[in-house]
Amino acid sequence: MNSDDIIQVRNLRKIYRVGKVEVPALRGVDLTVRRGEFLSIIGPSGSGKSTLFHIIGALTPPTSGEVRVADQDLSKMSDADRTRMRKRTVGFVFQKFNLLPNLTARDNIAIARFIAGLDPKPEPEFEEILKVLNIGHRLDHKPSELSGGEQQRVAIARAIVNHPAILLADEPTGNLDTENSAAVLQVLRDLNRRLGQTVLMITHNPEAAAYGDSIVHMRDGRIIDRI
Amino acid sequence: MTGKLVIENFKHKPMRSLLSILLIGVPVTLILCLVGLSYGMIEDTQTRQRSIGADILVRPKNSSYLTLNGAPIPQELVGLLARQPGIKMATGVVNIAAEGITLGAAGINFAEFNAMSGGFKFIEGGPFQRPDDVIIDDFYANQKKKKVGDTIKIHNVDWHVSGIIHSGMLAHIVMPIQTLQDKTEAVNKVSQIYLKVQPGVRVDDEIQALKKLPGFEDYPIFSMEEFAALLNIGNIPGLQPFIMVIMGIGVVIGFAVVCLSMYMAVLQRTREIGILKSLGGSKGFILQVILSEALLLGIGGSILGILMSYGAYWMIKTLVPASLPMVIVYRWWPIASGITLAGALLGSLYPGLTAAAHDPIEALAYE
Repeated sequence: MNSDDIIQVRNLRKIYRVGKVEVPALRGVDLTVRRGEFLSIIGPSGSGKSTLFHIIGALTPPTSGEVRVADQDLSKMSDADRTRMRKRTVGFVFQKFNLLPNLTARDNIAIARFIAGLDPKPEPEFEEILKVLNIGHRLDHKPSELSGGEQQRVAIARAIVNHPAILLADEPTGNLDTENSAAVLQVLRDLNRRLGQTVLMITHNPEAAAYGDSIVHMRDGRIIDRI
Repeated sequence: MTGKLVIENFKHKPMRSLLSILLIGVPVTLILCLVGLSYGMIEDTQTRQRSIGADILVRPKNSSYLTLNGAPIPQELVGLLARQPGIKMATGVVNIAAEGITLGAAGINFAEFNAMSGGFKFIEGGPFQRPDDVIIDDFYANQKKKKVGDTIKIHNVDWHVSGIIHSGMLAHIVMPIQTLQDKTEAVNKVSQIYLKVQPGVRVDDEIQALKKLPGFEDYPIFSMEEFAALLNIGNIPGLQPFIMVIMGIGVVIGFAVVCLSMYMAVLQRTREIGILKSLGGSKGFILQVILSEALLLGIGGSILGILMSYGAYWMIKTLVPASLPMVIVYRWWPIASGITLAGALLGSLYPGLTAAAHDPIEALAYE
C-alpha cells in the first residue's frame, strides 16, 4: 500500500438482499486511487460501478472486504461515523444535480458548510472557484431558474466547498446536452489540475471517461481492466 | 441556516402550510372561547350581584350557590328579616331562566329594589306601569331588536316593554314580582332575599345573628363579597373537567393535523432528505428540521387561534350579547398555545423519525 493512495479497496464485496434472494453487486473489487488523480469508472448498467461509488462515498457499508478513504477504514464504521465522514471527506455530484429546490444556489452551497459545522459563508478564496465554474452571477437564483449546466456547476461548487479529500461524480453529464457536458467535464478536469482535487467519476460514456487520467472498466461486479 | 431551510420549505407549499395553521388554530380558539365564556358568565354574575347594593344574601334551604330552583322561600320572611335591628332594608327576588341557562329574568318589588340599589339607569322608557310590564337591558334589547312599547314572550307569556336600562344590574330582564309569582305559581314565595345592614353594623356579626333566628338555621346566608368570591371556575361542578376535555381535543387535533401535514411533507421531500443526508446531515439534524417546521406551524396556529378568538368574541358581542357574556382571558393565551404546540411537536415526531431513518441511497433514488 502506498501512502499516496487516497482510496484503497481490497477484495470488496457487496451483496444486496431482495426478498429472500441475495444479489451480489460487487464480487471482490481491488482498487487504488492516488491523491490528486482523476479516475473514470466505466461500465454497463449492473456492472457495480454505482455500488462502488456508494461504498466509497460512505453512503452504504460493504458486506466484506477493506475500504480505506483518506486513511479512514469504512468497513468498520457505524452509520453515524459514515454520516460524519460525508460532511468533509467526500463531495458528491449526481446525475440529477440534487440541489435543494427551495433554496437559492448560494444557500445550497452554504448548507453544505453549515452541515459540516463551518461558517455557512465560504472563504474569500472560494470566489476564484466560482469564477472557474462561471456561476458567480447566478447564485441568488433557485434551481428552477437555472439551466441544467448551471445547476450541475452549482452542485460541483457545493461538493467542493468543504475541501473534500475526494470528489465523487456519478454520471455528471447524464442529464446535459453536449455543450454543457463538455463544460462540466472541463470544470472537473480544471479542478483536478489546478487544485489537485481527487476526482472519481462514474460514467458509461467513453468520451466523458477520457477526461480522466485513467479509466477503470467494470463488468459483473468486478474490475476487468484499468487503462 | 436551519431556520432559512424551514421557512423556505414553509413557503414552498403555502396553501398546505396555511391550511395546517388554520386547523391548528381551531382548538386554540375553542379553548379560548370556552374559557372566555366561563369567565365572562362568572364575571357578569358577580357584577350583577354587586350592583344590587345589598350586604347579605339569604338563599333557599339546600340550594347550591350556583343554581336556583324555583322560589321556595316564604315571602313573609322578607318582612321578618327587614324588622331585625341590624337590618336597614330587605327585598325578595324571584329568579327564573328566561332562555337556556345563561339568560335570566328576575321579579322585583320595584320600590324596594330601587331603594336598595340606587335605582336603574334608564336609556329609554321607565318603571313598570302595568302588571305585565317588563324592563329589559340594552344587551337584550339589541339582541332581540326590541324597543319600549314592544312585546316580548317569555315562557309563553307576553310582556310589554316599559323601559330599557343599562346592562349590569341584577338581570337582563326584570318584571314585577307579583306578576311573576302568579305566572310561575309561586304566590308569596321568593327565590332569594337581599339585605342591607344598618350603618355601623358589621356584616359578619349580622350574619351570625341571623343564623341564630328561629327557623333560619338551615338557610345559607352569605355576605355578598363571600358569595361573589364563591363564583369561580374551580367551584363550578363539571366545568374544569369539561375544559380539560376541550384541551385534550386541542392536543389531539394539533397532533393529527401536524402528523398528517408533516408526514405528507416528508413523503414529498424524500429526495431532499436524501440530499441532506448525502451532505452529512445527521438523523438529529433531519429531525430538527422537521420539528422546527412543526413548531413554526404550531406558533402560526396559536397566533391565528388567538385572532380567531377575537373574531368569536366580536360575533358574540354583536349577535348574542345578553345570552353569552364573553371576555378575553389573556392569561390563557400561553396555556392554549402551549397545549397546541405540544400536540404539534408530538405529531411531528413520527414523520420526523421516519425522515431521519431514511436510507440516503433510496431517498436519492426517490422520484
